[in-house]
Parts: sequence; structure tokens; C-alpha cells
Amino acid sequence: MKAAEFDYAKPRTVDEALAILASHEGEVRPIAGGQSLMPMMNFRLAQPDMLMDLNALEELQGIRDEGGFIIIGAMTRYRELECSELIAAHIPLICAALPHIAHAAIRNRGTIGGSIALADPAAEMPALMLALEATITVVSSRGVRRILADEFFLGLYETALADDEIITEIHVPRSKAPAHFAFCELARRHGDYAIVGIAITAQEIMPMRGLRVALFSVSDRPVRAVAIEQALENTSVGDAGAMKLAVQAIGSMAFQDDLNATDKTKLHLVGVLLKRALTELCT
Amino acid sequence: MTGPLSIFDRPNAYIGKSVPRPDAARLLVGRGQFVDDQQLPRMVHAAFVRSPHAHARIVSIDGAQAATMQGVVAVYDGSDMADHCEPWVGTLTHMQGLRSPPQYPLALDVVRWQGEPVAMVVATSRALAEDACGLIDVDYELLPEACNVEAALDRDAAVIHPEFGNNLAWERIVDSGDVDAAFARNDVTIVERTFRFNRHTGVTLEPRSSVVDFNPADETMTYWYAGQAPHMMQAILSKHLGLAEENIRLIANDVGGSFGIKIHTYGDDIATAVAARILARPVKFIADRNESFLTDIHARDHRIHGRMAVARDGEIAALEIDDLTGIGPYSMYPRTSAIECNQVLNLTGAPYAIQNYRARGQVVFQNKNLMSQYRAVGHPVAMAVAEGLLEDAALAIGLGSVDIRKRNLIRDDAYPVTSAAGMKFDDLSHCRTLDKLLDIMGHDVLREEHAKLRSSGIHRGIGIASIVEVTNPSPLFYGVGGASIAAQDGATVRLDAAGAIHVSASITEQGQGTNTIIAQIAADMFGVEIDRVKVTTGDTAHVPYGGGTWASRGAGIGGEAVLQAATALRGQVLEVAGTILQCAPDRLDILSGSIVDVKTAAQRMTLRELGRIVYFRGNELPPDVKPELIATRHYRVTDFPFVFTNGAMAAEVELDPETGFVKLLGFWVVEDCGRVINPQLVDEQIRGGVVQGIGGAFYEECIYSSNGQLLNASMADYLVPMAAEMPDIVVAHVETPTKTSVLGAKGAGEAGTGGAPAALLNAVNDALRAFDTSISEMPMTPERLLKALGVV
Ligand SMILES: Cc1cc2nc3c(=O)[nH]c(=O)nc-3n(C[C@H](O)[C@H](O)[C@H](O)COP(=O)(O)OP(=O)(O)OC[C@H]3O[C@@H](n4cnc5c(N)ncnc54)[C@H](O)[C@@H]3O)c2cc1C
Repeated sequence: MKAAEFDYAKPRTVDEALAILASHEGEVRPIAGGQSLMPMMNFRLAQPDMLMDLNALEELQGIRDEGGFIIIGAMTRYRELECSELIAAHIPLICAALPHIAHAAIRNRGTIGGSIALADPAAEMPALMLALEATITVVSSRGVRRILADEFFLGLYETALADDEIITEIHVPRSKAPAHFAFCELARRHGDYAIVGIAITAQEIMPMRGLRVALFSVSDRPVRAVAIEQALENTSVGDAGAMKLAVQAIGSMAFQDDLNATDKTKLHLVGVLLKRALTELCT
Repeated sequence: MTGPLSIFDRPNAYIGKSVPRPDAARLLVGRGQFVDDQQLPRMVHAAFVRSPHAHARIVSIDGAQAATMQGVVAVYDGSDMADHCEPWVGTLTHMQGLRSPPQYPLALDVVRWQGEPVAMVVATSRALAEDACGLIDVDYELLPEACNVEAALDRDAAVIHPEFGNNLAWERIVDSGDVDAAFARNDVTIVERTFRFNRHTGVTLEPRSSVVDFNPADETMTYWYAGQAPHMMQAILSKHLGLAEENIRLIANDVGGSFGIKIHTYGDDIATAVAARILARPVKFIADRNESFLTDIHARDHRIHGRMAVARDGEIAALEIDDLTGIGPYSMYPRTSAIECNQVLNLTGAPYAIQNYRARGQVVFQNKNLMSQYRAVGHPVAMAVAEGLLEDAALAIGLGSVDIRKRNLIRDDAYPVTSAAGMKFDDLSHCRTLDKLLDIMGHDVLREEHAKLRSSGIHRGIGIASIVEVTNPSPLFYGVGGASIAAQDGATVRLDAAGAIHVSASITEQGQGTNTIIAQIAADMFGVEIDRVKVTTGDTAHVPYGGGTWASRGAGIGGEAVLQAATALRGQVLEVAGTILQCAPDRLDILSGSIVDVKTAAQRMTLRELGRIVYFRGNELPPDVKPELIATRHYRVTDFPFVFTNGAMAAEVELDPETGFVKLLGFWVVEDCGRVINPQLVDEQIRGGVVQGIGGAFYEECIYSSNGQLLNASMADYLVPMAAEMPDIVVAHVETPTKTSVLGAKGAGEAGTGGAPAALLNAVNDALRAFDTSISEMPMTPERLLKALGVV
């Protein structure tokens, strides 16, 4: 389990990085925290010709408040998110999810940009981006694009990111009601990828309005459950009829099995988690 | 107890105390010497091409491109290796009828499990060796595979070794008493259940590792070894590589866990030795995690149908089991893969007085990795089956879990006892351990609490298990069947000129604290401070001949050898001291490094002074006094095939019936391992064992696809138990020393692993009771529990 040979570059500026991406022949892979890429390389599932280290790019660091948005640099570590007062005040959903992501040692290195670029269907951050209505800023030597999370995750480890693009930052709109959220996941052991997970945000909770429901570890990508949102919009927790419609909506979704659970089990567990998450949302 | 009480009651005694490990600081500061720490001049590195298929014919192997790659030293295939190595066969004569074909270091012609080594590259770095492996082109022709244990004996199953005609490797039947008559009694209730124990493996922190050097000048081989039985490995290398046994030196310095995994013969390790010999330079092979999952032996893989008949008063009238075990395509060498099933037959129901017992074991070949001895061989299966059926029986006749056990446990005053399966038991304490267990867990209070919680929708369960553990095996385990596996162990203890003592012992250290207890026993029996004892283990050039550490035998057998040797050295020293001090040796004693008056404890001379006289100023001694100041003793168990231990365990769990998740709330163990040499080390053995038992019961599983692909061969997907999910594990002891030795120590290494799954199974089924369902398959995953609940 040793990585195949590769070249290595450590650009100092984003422009330098984009120039490398535009000009280098062969596959250039950005490396952020390395918490997913390094194992992939050691398993030789990834054999890039060049690793481009993003760790010196200051433009990708930091969390700031710009009026309507909290802006999170792509190279922000999970640990920095955990310690950030801005995040705690304005996007507490992220704080609720972080303890479920791996373990402290991994959170010290892993980055939000890395998790979003990887697009693991079982990962927490991509689903959170859907629930938070985030926008992902990507750049290449061709220019800047801002992509809605809803349009970013395209399949298993597949995103709207082009080969010559990197993620620079994530814009999360500041909610009027940041505390209206719920997060639940079921993992075999603490820190494991979830068997299924759910993240919910709402603008109002009595009745529920402006719901966004995102599921992870259910399919080949994080899934925004629009049908559940519609079934519950303008209803209250405990509304049996609405819940029935929501569960029906789950039943019409396509689940994919993995080593821990069949699609049938996932379907059942999403129902359980939805119920629990809604209770959490409204208490 | 035969040994005089007084020897364990001396002042400054170490036996019975939680002495810290003398080697802990060295390991903590990173100065351990593991195999991978060996850096030798001219050393090269091995990597292997492994079969991607469960069953296929090798049409061709093209290594030409790899061989010309810069940095590549050699490329070998199966026939290259076969030219330099006699194949091995994993059978033993006392396992009558067991068959297994010859096995070579690398596959010849046919691959029989995914991960089987097919070609080897030796290069100047491991990374280059892996690059070169990627350039080797192997052409396979797929063959139909037989993977599923339960279908391996079907008439239309693919036959893995055509010369055998079918996939049966071994079969044994035990029939004791009159089972049919007992089941036919009109006063009995019969319960039955089919259990499944899926595969898991022992995940050692340090993977399998070999560094082998060969010196053609004197035909000597040095093998840095990460295993448990250096002398066994010496004999194996000699036999199959055709080298004189005395020319092979095995060195096991620090070993990062083994659990039975590293006690077997693996093709890649042997190929490493062969390559070192051909190349006449050191070759290193360190298995990576992926290789570990694909090729380290797996454990369990049983399907067992069990039936139990109980009378109205709870008496077990009869027990019958039918065990089918899958062992992969070969029986592992040299201990065989039939021992696991054999133990299940020997041990199911062993804590209980059962007259009528019938068992059939069938061991079958399949196209999966080899299955063989892992910590608590057969025990978790045997215990879970008996305890699971007993719980069913209690429920069926309306008796409590505790009552049915008390009705059937062998009484503490009944020994010696021979079980229906022919096992000889002595010095066990089932009734006392169960009583103590109920006490420390607060059994009755917990039950009441659970009943209350159940009515408010919280589903907790308690599971109890009484167990035996095979420890301190005699030569009847392996040696009798023709294996070069010593059942005796030796220790040499010598006094140096500075008054310190040096112990070299044939038992080995893999992290459990062997070296610590050796020092404790030697210091205690001889009479020095423990920091004046230096211990050497693991090096065949420097230790007496012996079996090593496995089957929970280190303390019981090796410890007794140390005790005997240290006692003999003490006699020698007192003899010399008597001459020097001109008094009878029996008026002297050794205490804290000094010769003292036995009555007053007044110091007569220091050991340093004695050493000085003997070694430097021998002229002061009478000419006929020729002190040795070194003693070697060997010890083996003679009175019994094994020295059994016993224990009682309980688990408390909470089930979330909506998700199938189980939370472990508590675990209690009362263990009787005879004399406890170091309470902390014993407790940690028990706890570590319980955690591995929890792993088998809830988390660990080698998940194969139907065509023999291991689907979770990484630490991300194979779930080992982790600290966050573990309950507090409370350990208490009953001490019934074995009469077979002066030390009185039985083993303690495997009890936790052997017993925990049984207690956990019963606890989960107790929690499931309100739903009128139960589970009989391990690991008990959320999905299996949801299925049992009928939710999915
Ligand atoms: C033991 C363990 C447990 C884990 N458990 C979880 C878990 O429970 N939940 C979870 O979500 N994750 C888990 N992870 C994965 C972890 O969260 C990773 O850190 C994360 O997925 C990737 O972040 P990174 O910064 O380490 O990215 P890297 O590994 O460096 O990169 C990942 C991918 O993203 C690309 N990339 C990185 N940054 C950028 C960028 N700015 N622009 C474009 N492409 C980029 C890389 O090229 C690569 O393809 C676990 C990891 C480990 C080792």
C-alpha cells in the first residue's frame, strides 16, 4: 500500500495554482487535508501524475461574515469550523454535524473544500450544503463560477467541478432563524460514515415553513428530498396526515444499498430519522 | 493446593501484585524493536501479486516487463518457489481423517481464494516492488467457486480439490450416553435453534512481518519474526527449506499483538525466506492492511444446529449439535483448521453436568481465505450455542436464567469430573463464580429496573454465560499428532557477578505482559528486587527450547518453568552462601538481594559479594565447591490434557427497536484463572478479550460476495470495536489454583473472547423478548436485528 510515483507542486497563490492546472499535462490532483486522497493513492485507486498542494494558498483560508453570507474558505479545517464563533452563531447546523465526522485527528486536517470536492455520498458536509442552500465558488484560468449546491453534486464522487477548477470558497446565506435545524445520523461506530443521515433547516417551525431536507448515505450522492419538504410545508410536527405523505414520499425515492444496509433497510431508517429529526427541529 | 503456602507469602513478594511492566517506558518513548524497525545493509523489499479471483486456473504469468524495471531485484512465480521449498500439508495424525492437499508458498496452476499469492517481486523499495507487481500480467481462466459453507457439500457444488471427490476436509462425531432416549422422554421440553457465526479476523496492530537474512558462507538463516512460536517456525523453515534446524535463528523482539493470527504458516512469509536464501541478502515483507484482511487467517464461520431437552425441573436431559465449519481451500499448517470445530464439539455445554450429548462436526473446504485458530479457538461458538439454548429452555419451561444454570452447573465439590465429550475438569468453581457475578452486577436490582423500563418502552436486556476455557495444553494438543510444536517450556535463570539475575525463557511476549510476569516470578522465587531481573524471550539462539505463548499457556507452563528454575538457582546460591558463611544452607534465605538469616532476616552478605567471591576470587572457596549459579528447568502438564479454567459473565444492553442499534450498558466478568500473578495484567487480558468478543458479537465480519470477493478489506469498512462504544468492564476473581503446578496459575488470555458473545447474545435476546422474537446470528448488526424484528 504505497502510492505510485507522482510529482509535487506547492503554489503560493491561486493564480499560480490555476496556471499549473491549465498547463500541466497529465492528471493534476489538488490535495487539501489528504484525509481521503492519501488513502485512495495508497490503495492506488488514485494515481495522479502531480499532486498540487493547496495548503499554502491563503486566499482559501478563513471564515468571514459578509452581510447576507457567511463565507468559508475551501481550506478551512473541520477543527476551525468547530472553534469558530461565527459558525456557532450563524450556522449551528454545522456544529451539530461536526462531531459525527470521523475523529479529532482527521478533523484537524480534513477540510470543507476537500469534502465537497470529493462528494462522498455518505459524507455530512455535502448534504449540509444542500440543507443550507450554499453556493460553491470555483475558479479556473477561464474564470469564476458560482454553483448552487443543488447543482453541484452529480453522482458518485462526481461534481460540477471541471478538471482545471478548484473550489475557493463556500457561501452560506445567513438565515433569519439559524436555530431551526435538525441533524441526525446512524453510524455503526462513533465517527464512521453514516448508514443514513438527515439534515433539516427551516425558516419557521410552527407551522413548518421554508423546509430544506437533505439526506446522505442513501444514494450515489447527497439527496435533497423535495417531496418530503412539500409534504411537510405549512404543517406542524405531529400532523399525522402530513407525516404519512412524507413517509410515502420516502417510499417513492430510490435507495442504494451498501455493506451496512440494504435499500429496504435504508428506506425504513430514513423514516425513523425523519421522525426524530422533526421532533428535534421543533423542540 | 500442593505448593507450600509460605512461598507466596514471603515479604516483598511480587506474585499477586500489579507490578508495572518493566518494558512500558521503552515502548512508550518509541524505542520498541518491531520487525519493521530492522534496517539491514543490502536489504530489499517484497510485494506480492495476489489472485483477484476466488477460483481460477493460472493460464500464464508474464513477469518479463517487471523484471527489467529499474530497482527490481527478482520476480518469482509459484514454480520458482516450488523448486526451493517442499510443500506443506495441514494435517495431524490425531485428527483422524483430516485431509488437505500440499500447499506451496505461491499458487501453482490454480488459485483457490481471492488474495492467494501468485507472484512475488523483490525490489529496492516496497513502493517499487508494488509498481513492478502492477506490470505483471497474469492470465486466468475462471473456475466455478464454492464459497458458501452451507452449500459446499451439495452434490452440485464445485469441488475445490478434485482428487478428494468432495469438499469435506474432516468429520467427527461424539456420541455419549443415550441421546435419543433422553429426547424421547415424555417429561422433557425440547428447544432448538440454528446459529450462524460469520467470519471475522484478528486485527493485530502490527501486521504480519518478516525480515529474513541468509548467509551462504555458513548456511545460516536469521529470521526476525513477529509471531508467537519461534521454535515451531524454526522447525518449519528447516523442514521445508532443507536447512539444518540449528542453522536457523528466529528472533522475536517486540511483537504488536498476535491473537493466534501470526502463529500459522503463510506462503508470503515462507516465500520471503526462500527469496532471502536465493538472493543471499536480507528481504523484508511487511503485510499491508489490505493483505492482512485478505490473507491473515479468518476465524469462526460456523453454522450450527442445536437441540436441547430439559426436564420440568430444569435438568438438561440431552444436548445435540451439528456444526458445519468453513475453513477455506486448505487446512492451515501446522496446527490444522480442524481444531476450531473440534473445540466446539469438545466444549459445547462443558460447564454443565450433561450425561447425554451428541455432536457432529463437518469441516469443509471453500474458496475463501483460510480459517484457523484465533483467540479463544471454538470457545465463543461453543459457549454461545449452549448458553443460547439454555436460555431458550429456561423460557420454555418458565424457569429463571439463574435458576436453570444453578440446576445444571457442575458443583464446585464434584471434581475431578469427566464431561460427556471426554474433557477432564479439575479445580473449577462454576457455582462460586456465578454467585459472585450476580453479586457484583446487582443482578436482581437490574432485572427489576428493566421490568419497569420495559413498560415505558425502553428495552434493556441481561445475558448471563458460564464458561470454561482450555488453557495450559499438554502434548496431547499438537505434539501427539506429529507437529513440531513443543508443549513444554523452559527457563534458565542465572546470577551475574553484580548480584542481578538473568532469565531466558521460551515463552514469548506479544504485548500481554509475558516478560513482566517472568520477572515477577523470578524476583519473587529467588529473592531480588524486580529491577534486578533481566528477561530475554523470543530468540532461539538464547532461550531454552519451548512452545512459546499461545493457548493461554504462557503463565501456567512457562511461568512454572521460571518458578522451578529460580527456586533451583536459589538452592544453588544458598549452598554456596552456606559454604562461605559456614552455616547450613537451610538457615539462610535470600531477601531483596541479600543472603539473610532465615529466622531473624539479619543480613549476612549481599548477592554482589557472593558473586564477587564465586566469579573473581574462587580461590577463597574450597576446591570441591564448584558453584554453577545457573539453573534451567522445563515444565509440561502431565496429569491432564489441558488445565481448564472457568468463569461467569454478564452483559447489559439496550435495544433501539426502531433502528436495530444496541447500546452496551455494562459487562461483568468473574474469572477463575487459578493463582493471579499480576492482577492488572490479568484484568486487562480479560477486558481486551471481552472487547474482541464484543467485536465478534456486534461489529467484526469479513463480508464476502457470493463469488468469493472480500468486500470490506480495509479498516474503514471492517469494523473493529472502538473505545467509544465499549461499556465499563468490571472484572473480579475467584482463585482456585491448579494442583498440576506449584505456581497454580491457569491461563487467562482467551476467556473474555470465549465468553462475551454468549452473554451478549442472551442479553440482546432478553431485550428482544417483548417483541416475541430472537436472533441467532453474529455479528448482531442493526440490519440483522431489524430483520429479526420483522421491520425490514
Ligand atoms: C478514518 C476516517 C474517517 C472518516 N470519516 C468521515 C465521516 O464520518 N464523514 C465524512 O464526511 N468524512 C469522513 N472522512 C473523510 C474526511 O472527511 C476527508 O477529510 C474529507 O472527505 C476530504 O477532505 P480533505 O481536506 O482531507 O481532502 P483531500 O483528501 O485532500 O482531498 C479529497 C478530494 O478533494 C479534492 N480537493 C480537495 N480540496 C479541493 C479544492 N479546494 N478544490 C478542488 N478539489 C479539491 C482532492 O483533489 C481530492 O480529490 C473520514 C476519513 C478518515 C480517514
